[in-house]
Amino acid sequence: MSEITKAILEAREAGGCAFVPYIMAGDGGLGRLKEDLLFLQEAGATAVELGIPFSDPAADGPVIQEAGLRALGAGTTLKAVIEEVKAIGDEVHIPIIFMTYLNPVLSYGMAGFANDCQEAGIAGVIVPDVPFEESEPLEDCLRMNGIDLIRLIPLSAPEDRIRKIAEAAEGFIYAVTVDGITGVRDSFGGTTDGRLERLKDIADIPVLAGFGISTPDQVRDFGRLADGVIVGSAIVDALHRGDKEPIQKLIGSAKDIAVPAE
Amino acid sequence: MVNTTEQQAYSAPDKAGRYGEYGGRFVPETLMPALLELEEAYREAKEDPAFVEQLDHYLKDYVGRENPLYFAERLTEAAGGAKIYLKREDLNHTGAHKINNAIGQALLAKRMGKTKIIAETGAGQHGVATATACALLDMECIVFMGAEDIRRQELNVFRMELLGASVVSVSQGSATLKDAVNEALRYWVANVSDTHYVIGSALGPHPFPEIVRDFQRVIGVETRRQILEKEGRLPDAVVACVGGGSNSIGMFHPFVEDQAVALYGVEAAGSGLETGKHAAALTGGRPGALHGAYMYLLQDEAGQIEEAHSISAGLDYPGAGPEHSHFRDTGRVTYTSVTDEQALEALKMLSRKEGILPALESSHAVHYAVELASGMSSEEIVVICLSGRGDKDVITVREALKGGNGDV
Repeated sequence: MSEITKAILEAREAGGCAFVPYIMAGDGGLGRLKEDLLFLQEAGATAVELGIPFSDPAADGPVIQEAGLRALGAGTTLKAVIEEVKAIGDEVHIPIIFMTYLNPVLSYGMAGFANDCQEAGIAGVIVPDVPFEESEPLEDCLRMNGIDLIRLIPLSAPEDRIRKIAEAAEGFIYAVTVDGITGVRDSFGGTTDGRLERLKDIADIPVLAGFGISTPDQVRDFGRLADGVIVGSAIVDALHRGDKEPIQKLIGSAKDIAVPAE
Repeated sequence: MVNTTEQQAYSAPDKAGRYGEYGGRFVPETLMPALLELEEAYREAKEDPAFVEQLDHYLKDYVGRENPLYFAERLTEAAGGAKIYLKREDLNHTGAHKINNAIGQALLAKRMGKTKIIAETGAGQHGVATATACALLDMECIVFMGAEDIRRQELNVFRMELLGASVVSVSQGSATLKDAVNEALRYWVANVSDTHYVIGSALGPHPFPEIVRDFQRVIGVETRRQILEKEGRLPDAVVACVGGGSNSIGMFHPFVEDQAVALYGVEAAGSGLETGKHAAALTGGRPGALHGAYMYLLQDEAGQIEEAHSISAGLDYPGAGPEHSHFRDTGRVTYTSVTDEQALEALKMLSRKEGILPALESSHAVHYAVELASGMSSEEIVVICLSGRGDKDVITVREALKGGNGDV
């Protein structure tokens, strides 16, 4: 079983839901990456989604866009992030998942990227501008190195498309709860629930909900419907402000969800 | 209407939207259903005589097609070589070729039941063309424009607003055209059910490069017919400017199988390729993925997209469309570049010799074509795609000339 799947199932078995925080590599300089990862691990994160900054992040909202610009301003490159993760080594034992746009990977070389990720201990990769139809070359390179290609499924997608992607998915399914970009949202329009449950029925690996989840209440709501949540902008914002308390609260809220008996 | 020799063996894109290795659909999953829907709707529309007739009607009676293929006698004399013809896209309604695609896509969107149109714009020409088409077809229109471009093109912003469009200022990133595309894509992802994104150049995810090319093909189709009428033969060379590449792909495509016709795409060399301040993705970049397509791009070693530089806002984009990228590799089209200074010279030359003030974009093609023609015989023929008129550029040109020796 995939290292990521295993970690999520363990979080479920412990009575909570998985919690995957997103942070931007190099925001504040790569020098603080280890400290941030250890803090998140200590706070109880199931895995970490580590963003690679890109000049043109078309799937991201303002908070992550700005974090990316700060990271690029600090000279962060994909190569430097891979080297840093490799140097950090086993002290961080929760799975690390890269979230990167395609072009830095193409520039690096897809095969070399997959190989170097494997050497650095990266467990999964998310590429938001590679949809199902374009995913084969990347999936092949990653699979040869035992790395999961994490696929996004918008809850608004037609059912046949959902089935097709779910079948190919590895690690977990990243359920995109709203049509839009990353970022904080107050409300979800009340239409999400049925769709998320339907996706869970279809999937034979864990489903994590992401995009727009930013409060402990939302974490608990989605944590009851899905196997876990991904929180990005709220974490990035708090880390940037140097305020760790909201992050601990968010992660804590994933531990005490009352899961209805199945 | 279309010459039978046009039944071409060249048939890109393939089903995956690839031109050789270029193109594709590198977009978030959320947009995939919309792209598949668009592809199907476009196939149906293309085959529907009612749609074709409706488009032809607007192109003729509203845009003013067909526009002339004009023999530029005094420019020919000045060049001292091949005969130079100008395809007068500058005479279209709104002053450039952009309207051909804007009307086509707006009609398509309406047919698909979309009520809202979004577009990105750099100089404002595509924004104005899209706002125009939306006014005509009674659709809501939102145009995304970089804050820096809004400052540079104040009058075009006002034109769009007069036409009823909302202009959204984009201050993210470098606050120019590529950032406006990012923001339009972000808006589209969040509003995909009722909104169509009218991409203005032969760029973006499949099927956009194909749709834009097909709506711009009218340029080359008319040119081919007109030159056969006037000269009884095809031209020896066809020259067009390339930013994203819409006027050039529309001009070139009907000539692709005519191996005797040399095709030249002219990129913006800005301050000069050697300075690094240019917009020449095909001559000075390397392949990568941006805004939905795999294509030639200006980028650094780590794959971060670099800003383009050109005096011409319409060429100021760090990529060149997938079909151009393919033609670059196959060698069917020769890509070259012309500096800001050379384009300004050509703009003055055409103004003085022919009384035609060309857009700065088109001036790049004019400069290269004059140079090319001067080395050819008087028996030979060069056609330039004069993609737009220069009225929009007079302030920029005045500033640039004053920054030099002040001499006009």
